[in-house]
Amino acid sequence: MAVTRTETLPIRTGDDVVRVRQRVRALAVEIGLGLVDQTKIVTAASELARNTLDYGGGGDVMAEIVQAGARLGLRLTFDDQGPGIADIEQAMTDHYTSGGGLGLGLGGAKRLSNEFHIASMPGKGTRVTIARWK
Amino acid sequence: MHGAELLRKVVVDDAGGIRDAWLAILAAGMTAHGGRAREGELRTQAGIVVSQLGEGLAAGDLDADGSGFAPLRETLADISRSRALQGFTPTDTANFVFSLKEPVFEALGRACGSGSPDLATGVVSAGKLLDRLALHTMETFLASREEVIGRQGQEIAELSTPVVRLWDGILALPLIGTLDSARTGVVMETLLQAIVDEEAEIAIIDITGVPTVDTLVAQHLLKTVAAARLMGADCIVSGIRPQIAQTMVHLGVELNVVSKATLADAFAVALRRTGRKVVRQQAPTEERR
Amino acid sequence: MDRIPILKLGGVLIVTIQVDMHDRLALALEEDLTAMIVRTGARGVLIEISALEIVDSFIGRMLVSIAAVSRVLDAETVVAGMRPAVAITLVELGLELTGIKTALNVERGMALVQAGLSEEDDGHGSDRGRYED
Repeated sequence: MAVTRTETLPIRTGDDVVRVRQRVRALAVEIGLGLVDQTKIVTAASELARNTLDYGGGGDVMAEIVQAGARLGLRLTFDDQGPGIADIEQAMTDHYTSGGGLGLGLGGAKRLSNEFHIASMPGKGTRVTIARWK
Repeated sequence: MHGAELLRKVVVDDAGGIRDAWLAILAAGMTAHGGRAREGELRTQAGIVVSQLGEGLAAGDLDADGSGFAPLRETLADISRSRALQGFTPTDTANFVFSLKEPVFEALGRACGSGSPDLATGVVSAGKLLDRLALHTMETFLASREEVIGRQGQEIAELSTPVVRLWDGILALPLIGTLDSARTGVVMETLLQAIVDEEAEIAIIDITGVPTVDTLVAQHLLKTVAAARLMGADCIVSGIRPQIAQTMVHLGVELNVVSKATLADAFAVALRRTGRKVVRQQAPTEERR
Repeated sequence: MDRIPILKLGGVLIVTIQVDMHDRLALALEEDLTAMIVRTGARGVLIEISALEIVDSFIGRMLVSIAAVSRVLDAETVVAGMRPAVAITLVELGLELTGIKTALNVERGMALVQAGLSEEDDGHGSDRGRYED
C-alpha cells in the first residue's frame, strides 16, 4: 500500500471540526468515492474530530490518500494528547459516553469505515485511524 | 543448422502437410468435444496459423513474444477471444495450439531423418515456441472470459434493481436473487433516490424473488426501511414466502416492518394509505346475466 | 455570532438549514427555537435540511432534543428533505430520530404539521395561536 499524498489539519476549535469535514469531503471527491461513501467518511470524520476536541482536549488529523493496487482510499488518523481511554471495549459500545454525547462516536465511526483502528494510552493520548476504500 | 532456420525451412516447405495433419488431429478432437468449431472455419484458421508461423520464423527469431510473431499472436488472440465468447472449454482452446506440435515434430523428422542431431535441436525449439504461443492463447482466452463475467455482473446488478412506479407516489422494487452487502448498497441507493425523484410516499419492497432471507439480508432490509423513514417515506415489504417466513422465525430474525403476503396486498394498502380506493366499474359478467 | 433565521408562518415555525453548522450554531438554533415557541405559541416546527450534506450524532441529537422540547411545549416537529446519502449514513451510524416526524419536502412537511394541528383542533379546539405577539 502506497501513500500518494499527506496533509495534516489542526483540531483546536469547533470551527476546525467544520474545516476537517470540508477538507475530508474534498479529498473523498478527489479520489472518486460515491456520494454515499463520501457522506459516510465525512460523518465518521466529524464524529472523530469532535471526540478529539471534546475528550482529547484538541489534537490533529492526518489525511492520506492511499493506493493498494488499482484501488484508491482515504485514510484519516486522529491524534490527541488527552487523558486517553482506559477501557476501549467499553468506549466502543454504543450509547456509552463519558461526556455528554450520544455515545455513538467511536462505534458509529467504525460502522461507517472500511477500516478502523484505535490505540490509547491512559494519560498519554488516543490515536484513531479509519479508512474508506473506493 | 540453426534451430530457427531448420524450423522455418520445414514449416514453409511442408506447410500443406503440417496443416492437413493438424486438421486431422483437430477434427478428431472435435468429435470428442461435440464438434463446436465448423470444419471450414477450422481449415481457414489452421491455414493462416501455419503460414504466419512460417513468416514469424522467417524473421529469424524463435522468440514468441518478438515482433516477428506479432501477426500470429494477433490471429491466435482473435481465435481464442471468439472461442471464449462461444463457450469453448479452456482445454479445447489450449489444445488448438498444443496439437500443432505433433505435425511439426513429424515434419521435422521427415526432413532430417531420424537420429539426426538437428532433429533434437529442432524439436526443442519448436516445443518452446509452441508452448509460449499456447500460453499466450490461454491468457487471451481467460482475459476475454473475465471480461464477459465482469460485464455480466454489471448487467445483473443493473437489471436487478428496477424501481417501478405503480401509481402517483407509490413505488415498487421487485428484488430478484441473492442479496449481498454490495448489491444491497446499490439497491438501497437506487430506491431512496427514486423516492426523492418521484416524491413517493410509499415504497413496496417485494422479495418474492429472493431465495433466502438470513439475518444479514433482514438487517439490510431494515436499514433501507429506516433510511426511507428518515426521508419521510414509508416502506412495505411484500412477498415473504412461507418457507422464508419459517426460516426467519427459526433464525430469530425479526422484521419490524409492515409486511404483506403479496405485492397486490401491499399495493392495496399503499393505495388506501394515500387515500385511494379501487372499485369495480361494472358488475362481473356472471352477475349481469 | 451568526444565527440561523427562524420564520413564522401561521402557527408554524420554519427553519431552513443552509450552512455546514458548527456545534455552537446548532446549540444556538436549539435555544432560539425553544424561546420562539414559547414567545409565539407556535404549534408546529418545520426544519428543512435538504442542503445538509451530513447529519452526525451531534446534529442528530440537536434535532431529537428540539423535537422533545417542542413536544413539552405542545408543538410538533417535522424534519423535511433529508438526502438519501444522509439517511443511509444516519442509519449506519445507529442514530434513530425518535419522536421526529419526517417528510420528503417542505410542502409535504407543512401538510404534515397542519394535519397534526387540525386533528387536535377537532378534539379540543385549541386557541393557543392567539397568544402570539
